[in-house]
Amino acid sequence: MLTESLGQLSIDNLTKIYSKSKGKKALDSVTFSVPARGIFVLIGRNGSGKTTLVRILSTELEPTSGRASINGIDVMTEADQLRRKIAIVPQESRTVPWMTPLQTVSSYLLWRGFDYSYAKQRAMETLERLGLGNSAKRLNRTLSGGNRRKVLVATVLASEAEIIFLDEPTTGLDPISRREFWEMLREIGKDRFTFLTTHYLEEAEELADQIGVLDRGKLMGIGTLDQLRKRVSYNYSMKIPISPPLPSSLKISKGEMVRGKDEYRILTTEEEAFDLSRELSRIGYRFTINPVSLDDIFFYLVDKQSGDSSEIGENEDRARRRSGNYWAAQQE
Amino acid sequence: MFQLEEEVKEEPKKDYDLAKSLPINLQGRNRFSQFIASVLVNSLYEMKNYPVVLINTVLSPLSFLVLIEFVSRGSLLGEAIEGGFIMSMFSAGMSLQGDLSHLKNDFKLQDMVVSSPTSWKVYLAGMATSELVYSLPALVVLGILAGYFLHFTPLGTITFLSVLFMMFITSIAVGYTFATFSSDIVQSFAFSRLLSTLFSTIPPVYYPITYIPYPFRYFAYLSPTTYAAELAQNAGGFIRLSPDAVAIDWIVLAAVTVTLFFIASRKARWREI
Ligand SMILES: Nc1ncnc2c1ncn2[C@@H]1O[C@H](COP(=O)(O)OP(=O)(O)O)[C@@H](O)[C@H]1O
Ligand SMILES: [Mg+2]
Repeated sequence: MLTESLGQLSIDNLTKIYSKSKGKKALDSVTFSVPARGIFVLIGRNGSGKTTLVRILSTELEPTSGRASINGIDVMTEADQLRRKIAIVPQESRTVPWMTPLQTVSSYLLWRGFDYSYAKQRAMETLERLGLGNSAKRLNRTLSGGNRRKVLVATVLASEAEIIFLDEPTTGLDPISRREFWEMLREIGKDRFTFLTTHYLEEAEELADQIGVLDRGKLMGIGTLDQLRKRVSYNYSMKIPISPPLPSSLKISKGEMVRGKDEYRILTTEEEAFDLSRELSRIGYRFTINPVSLDDIFFYLVDKQSGDSSEIGENEDRARRRSGNYWAAQQE
Repeated sequence: MFQLEEEVKEEPKKDYDLAKSLPINLQGRNRFSQFIASVLVNSLYEMKNYPVVLINTVLSPLSFLVLIEFVSRGSLLGEAIEGGFIMSMFSAGMSLQGDLSHLKNDFKLQDMVVSSPTSWKVYLAGMATSELVYSLPALVVLGILAGYFLHFTPLGTITFLSVLFMMFITSIAVGYTFATFSSDIVQSFAFSRLLSTLFSTIPPVYYPITYIPYPFRYFAYLSPTTYAAELAQNAGGFIRLSPDAVAIDWIVLAAVTVTLFFIASRKARWREI
């Protein structure tokens, strides 16, 4: 058991019911195990339980039941030991406005137990490496939003922690800053285990060695992008605008079609996808065809499932989720 | 806005080289570092970067002192100086309550510390000390005034310092206890100001309790600051307390402190549930 869990993040039947939530499960018997190296990306829409899982793993929150361990260290019974190895940038954490980046990073290192002069030195080195050397002694409140976020990440990067949790570190960043961030995260993912959450699917596509898909507290899928792709029975995704109405000659026999707000999405086999596109081109319809992306996988694993099983009263939500603009709608 | 434009675009070094410096060789974790981090973040850095806050910390205990001095035409100056000390000590706990929740809720800084090697005891000790450091400028000014206007016996000095220390611990207990309540009202700055008013301006901190007419005097005894002020005034020779009364005052302060710490430690959660 112990040897199995070494080098692994192991989660076993983890359930969380917040005391004020009338029995609603924020996490529902989540069980999985992934290698504790590289970058693990947990995706899910808002409220799916990402933060809850991160906070349990980083020893900030007690689960209602179940267990979890990282590299064989139990998050509940061996928290003190684990706390020497982990570091987190919580969701919605902010830099303290009356401090400078240098003070922000070095004080965090002091909390980790670094000697004062070493903390200062290491903080400065890290900030320089992230391109914040010139801003190191200005007040945080004078920095741009992207740089403030970088300062927060610098705190954990400068530390000796081998396991780093970043809860939605790029939410709210502009696309350019986000790309810069990705480059930085890729680098640090090389020698540490980074546990990252996001609701941007492309972020997972860009960065993840392993991906977990969470929805309403339930784990819907886990594995590498390729492994997740195999979970979907189809390998092509087509999108056709809703108007003009689809021609009656269009027959889908192998794949599945779901109507969204602005477009139809068809997931199907390569063969049928090419048949359909030939037919659509012939009659002059606009459409897109792409290999199955994480967006389609998410759609297949989460939206389709929850659509099938969702309760009454959620029709509007379901309609929105079914629409091709689901992610755009979620993001703001 | 201006400053945002000024920010020079600096290229990150592409070879981040961070991974290469792992593992970092820590020669054991420095507990004092962990303690001092809270003091730096919660007081010293703010005092250093925004020196204007120093004026405020000096003014708040002094303003009452000046008022009492004028109203009493100088006859209560000694009591008022002692009151300024007590109020400085007591406000430490009130600020602690506000600062703990501010750092926890608005910056998520406490979450970062929870999942670090710093224990809650070290964090709390550091935060409490930071409040004391924050009131240092006021204490220096009061100290100078005390040097001129207060004439303590050696025993009186020791008693007075012990009373101040006790007041500090009690107020930390009050602040810490309130910080464990997570309702929005309790967490607001307005609430900590209210506590401060209730406990240190209405009770007879700046003047003898005998100035308060009788039915109200009982209310004053609901505040721990009243007991501290009585002891301080006795130590300074402004009032005469019987040995029994002295003992009772000490016991009440100690009991309040122990009880509050007990409640807080049962209720406080380093790891949330
Ligand atoms: N402190 C809390 N008390 C009660 N319910 C909570 C609390 N925190 C989160 N929840 C609920 O738990 C669910 C999961 O939330 P969260 O883990 O924050 O999701 P995510 O990070 O994926 O957006 C949501 O329904 C949310 O409303
Ligand atoms: Mg979240």
